[in-house]
This record gives sequence, C-alpha cells and structure tokens, in this order.
Amino acid sequence: MADNAPHSHPNALSDMDVRVRALETLLVQKGYIDPAALDELIDTYEHRVGPHNGARVVARAWSDPAYKEWLLRDATAAVGEPGGFGFVGRQGEHLIALENTPKVHNLVVCTLCSCYPWPVLGLPPVWYKSAPYRSKAVIDPRGVLADFGVSLPAHTEVRVWDSTAELRYLVLPMRPGGTDGFSEAQLAALVTRDAMIGTGIVTLPQSAGANA
Amino acid sequence: MNGAQDLGGMMGFGPVQPEADEPVFHAEWERRAFAITVASGFCGRWNIDMARSARESLSPPQYLASSYYEIWFEGLRRLLTARGMVGADELETGSLLRAPLPGISAVPRERVAEVLARGGPTERAVASPARFRVGQSVRTGNLHPTGHTRLPRYARDKVGTVVALHGGHVFPDTNARGEGESPQWLYTVAFSGRTLWGELSSADSVRVDCWESYLMDADAPDERQDGRQDGREDRRAGGPA
Repeated sequence: MADNAPHSHPNALSDMDVRVRALETLLVQKGYIDPAALDELIDTYEHRVGPHNGARVVARAWSDPAYKEWLLRDATAAVGEPGGFGFVGRQGEHLIALENTPKVHNLVVCTLCSCYPWPVLGLPPVWYKSAPYRSKAVIDPRGVLADFGVSLPAHTEVRVWDSTAELRYLVLPMRPGGTDGFSEAQLAALVTRDAMIGTGIVTLPQSAGANA
Repeated sequence: MNGAQDLGGMMGFGPVQPEADEPVFHAEWERRAFAITVASGFCGRWNIDMARSARESLSPPQYLASSYYEIWFEGLRRLLTARGMVGADELETGSLLRAPLPGISAVPRERVAEVLARGGPTERAVASPARFRVGQSVRTGNLHPTGHTRLPRYARDKVGTVVALHGGHVFPDTNARGEGESPQWLYTVAFSGRTLWGELSSADSVRVDCWESYLMDADAPDERQDGRQDGREDRRAGGPA
C-alpha cells in the first residue's frame, strides 16, 4: 500500500469506524437489531451471494436453448424457481434478462442510486455506484466501454437500461467462440460480473496457462 | 427532487475506474454500515422509497463528497431520528438516553435468510386498464417535484416509445412520502440518444422504466396544456401486452 493511501494505518480507527460502531451499539441496546443478524447479513453478501450465481445462469442459458427461452421470457422464474436456481429475494424480486447479440449490446446502469440484481450479482462494485459511471453511462456508453477496454463495432446498437424501477436487469452476454463442448461449469468460469452488467464481454483465454 | 443523486448526463467526473479483484467491502465500517442499514430496515418503520428519499436529502455538496456507504449511513441516521427510533441527542452522544420505540423486535440471525428471500416485491393489481400500449409514442411530463421521484431529469419532457408493459407497481413518489403505495402501470420507454442528448451521444437508445403518471400520449398535444387526464374512458389504450 502506498504511503499516502488513506487506510495506511490499519490500527487507527477512522472517524467512520467510530461513528458506525457507536450507532450499531445504540441500535443493539435499543433492541432494534441483533448483532448476530448483522454477521449473517455480511456473510451472505460477502461470501455466499455474488456474480458466481449469475455466471451459472448464463452458462445454462448458453447450454440449454429451452432454459434460455425461459430466462428471456421470465427471468424471475427461470432464476428463482426450484427448476431454475432458487436465486430469489431482495433486489431481485422482478428480474429481466437482456440478450446481447452481434446487433445489440445492452448496458445496465442506475443513474439515480445503485439498483443492481443482488441475487445473481451480489452487491455492486464501487464503480457501479460512483458518479463517473452513473453520469456517463446514459450519455456516452461507448466512452464507458472504452474505460473498460471494450470496443464494439460501429454497427452494433448500444442500448442503455436505466434501472429506475424495481425491475432488475441481467445481461446475457454472447457466448465466446471456441467453447463447443464446454460443460456448464467450464462456461460459468468464463463469465465475468462486468459482462453481466454490459461493461464487459466474455472472452476465451488464449490457452491454459496463459495468465496475461 | 432535483438533487445530486440525479447524475445522468453530468460531465467532469472523469473516467470510470474499475478496481481489479475488488473486495465486496473496503473497510470494516462499510460491512457494519451495510448491515445495520439493512437490519434497521427490517424493523418496518420505512420502505425502500423512503430510504432512497432519505439518501437523496443530503445536500448536493455533501452527497457528491461522500462515499456510497457514507451516504447510506447518513440516510440511516436521518430515518432513525425522523421515525423517533433514536433521538438526536443519542446520535450526538452515542449514549442510550431514551426507551426504545415500542413494538419493534429485532430480526434474529436465524430469520435473516427468510427475510432476504422474501424481499420486497412491488407488483400490485391496478384496477384501471393500462393507458398506453407497446409501440405507442409517449411524452414524459416536465415534472420537477420537490419530493422523491424516479423520473430522471434527462428523461423529462421527452418523446419515446413504449417497449414493455410490466403490470402494476408501487408508485415511489407517493410511497416515499408515506402517502400510500398507489400502484400504477409500469412501462419501459425507449428514447433515442439523439432525442436525449443531441447529435454527439454514443447512446443509440436509453430505456427508462416509467410509471404511468410520468407519461402522456405524445400524439395528443392538448394533454401538455391540460395536464393528466387520468381515468378517462376514451383514453383507454388496451390491456396488458
């Protein structure tokens, strides 16, 4: 860590550490919250729910045309029902899947806050919630894609979805070539969080062992 | 409210800066701020629209200078004091000075998964038929309410095309004020990048989810003068698509 980084003294409590701890203590004393429930909430979104969920959904849609049809028709059911994956609940109550094709590239943003499909992607990354992304995605999505190192053909339509309601959008990226015969697990390992937001595309590593 | 949260189309923030191998939380206090916010919401004294409205009530300078979880924390403090769950003196001193509000019991650890799984679906029945149909040209209202709204500034008084009808959903503008869910038909409306931003935008289309009262028939110019004409029989535009 650089010497001038803001968190270079891990033993010193920041102002926010002190303030948040004080409020947590007060809320526990009041009986409004259970400290063990806090740990459960943190563990849920730090370790259990995340983009690996969405990657499994994408991999199945790539592998199973009937599942893909279901996902595009009713993503809430295809993702949430037992015959799908059982990924349900908070910030994923009404899911919609958007299919990327050579003709249409979908990109999801929430300009007003940070709406994001938690059951399939977990909590959003900092950049998704930050002013640069929220301001720029709707006016210059190709510029945003360039920030991610992605360049699309000029003839591809760029469609931006601003999540202003309680509908949560999951992008179904294009399956990369050279993946014939891949298992769902192998495919899921290729799928990135950014590709499911629309700021990335899924690519096949050059070869096993090419880590660059 | 025309606050700092309404960021779409602003310039000057610089490039988006993704962080490689980003952790879910960047500090212990972020974990705790996230968790106490969600757990306090379980107490049922506010809804998600009130929570968003509280975060948006930060002044623009404070909002833009705050990190995401700092905004959440400040929003939580405002909600807790507004509902009388915590006194301003308690926030200031960090000491318990008053009895808790009656009737609130903490959600225990073993019920967290169930509460998260239930979530907060917003779909509701709406008695009247939908006014607009897929493919119809609509104009958004030139609406600048002082309270919470989900129609971004960049999409106001603009003509677009309905591309989806989603059923009835809780209306955030009233729900945020405690004036009821007042569910309305929810549509996705597609605007061309040129309509929103002129010639230079790299967006081909921007799609915004719009409640029915944000919209009017683009081919009925009298509506702009007369305002909304809710419930008029002759305005029926077909049922759910």
